[in-house]
Amino acid sequence: MIKNSLIALVLASFVFMFYHLYMSYEPKTELSGIAAHYAEHGAAEVGAANLVTAVVVTYRGFDTMGEVTILFLTASIISFFLKLSKKDEDKVIVHRGTSELLVTASQILIPIIFLFGVYVFINGHLTPGGGFQGGAIIASGVVLSIMANPNREINHHAILWIESISGIFFVIIGILGIFLAGGFLDNRFISLGEFGDLFSAGAIPIIYSLIGLKVGAEISNILNRYQKSQKES
Amino acid sequence: MNNELIYVILAIGVGGLAIIMGIIAILNEKLSVSVIAGGVVSLFASILFLLMAAPDVAMTEAAIGSGLSTLIFFYVLNKIKKYND
Amino acid sequence: MMEYLNLGKISLLIGFVLILVGFWGLLSQKNIIKIIVSFTILETGINILIVALGWIKGRTAPIIDDSVEQMANHNVMNSIVDPVPQALVLTAIVIGFGVTALLLAYAMKLFRAKRTLEINKFNDLKW
Repeated sequence: MIKNSLIALVLASFVFMFYHLYMSYEPKTELSGIAAHYAEHGAAEVGAANLVTAVVVTYRGFDTMGEVTILFLTASIISFFLKLSKKDEDKVIVHRGTSELLVTASQILIPIIFLFGVYVFINGHLTPGGGFQGGAIIASGVVLSIMANPNREINHHAILWIESISGIFFVIIGILGIFLAGGFLDNRFISLGEFGDLFSAGAIPIIYSLIGLKVGAEISNILNRYQKSQKES
Repeated sequence: MNNELIYVILAIGVGGLAIIMGIIAILNEKLSVSVIAGGVVSLFASILFLLMAAPDVAMTEAAIGSGLSTLIFFYVLNKIKKYND
Repeated sequence: MMEYLNLGKISLLIGFVLILVGFWGLLSQKNIIKIIVSFTILETGINILIVALGWIKGRTAPIIDDSVEQMANHNVMNSIVDPVPQALVLTAIVIGFGVTALLLAYAMKLFRAKRTLEINKFNDLKW
């Protein structure tokens, strides 16, 4: 009884705060401050058609590097936690048998899913999309292949190398930005090209491709660990 | 003017359904119903992002929040089922 | 009445109500899996709130292509919504997924140690 009344008290105080915030909200009518600067000079300075990509990769590139670090930390903590003991690793997952529809359909769908994921992160500066979306789509393709055959061994060394090399090259491109252009993760050391082309916007396609590969490899690693943990007793 | 009204009606419909699914996710007793209701809340939020002119965010929420998050929940539920029934 | 039929205000209200529902589930449930589901509903509500703050009436998505150029005399500044909250929410969604995956790994380890999922039974650290 005491617990219920305390919960009601906390929720009532939240309702009070939210009510005042909601009643005093006036919708904006035009861009102001730094968003006006990004809208006016973004296409000319950065050369990307997708303004959200321009903000995430160049204007706020340091926050993206922090996020990539947090994802790397999460993947390594989960690998540490869900480690199997020696005698559990040799077991085979006993299952009822996957249906033939899933096995046949996965052989056709998996290359198409990978192609679509690569398309989404290469064209991140022209259409909606980018590294994080493309990485999630590639991880879904890997999960489909695990579901079609639950005892399949994903090559750990390939995932490890892809993830590490993408991370190192991301930082190297950032440092190249210091020496050859304005600052860290500046994209103007490669020429900006024509607006709307595939090879435009300087180094943004390269940076986003590396982020896409890294995020895809990390999420596939997390999902593979969860699948392997079904083996333990 | 007509365009705006259609968007507003769609937003009210989608938002109301999202809140109802959120309440179902908490009050129901079975765990699998809760998890699927959580995934549906994420899906409706993705539609709401699209109505608010944010296609990048809608794509990310649909792929990560509605797809991969629900999948990880089901791996954990599979481990629990072997010892509860 | 007509000024309440604003998409920005309606989305703000939906975000606030989802945050309240998430908090209520977080505080009152006893099963660990349900607490984690309430956590994801809370995260989704906060993301809807942040994107709703950047919406401007009558404008379109911040991608420069033909529709934006036709809109306001080739003046980009008068025809797009605010791109900065969308960039912040992009980061927030991915980090929310990472936190959920970590919480579920902890839940699996806790279940393996004690074979139950009620938080009232885990009182080893209470004094």
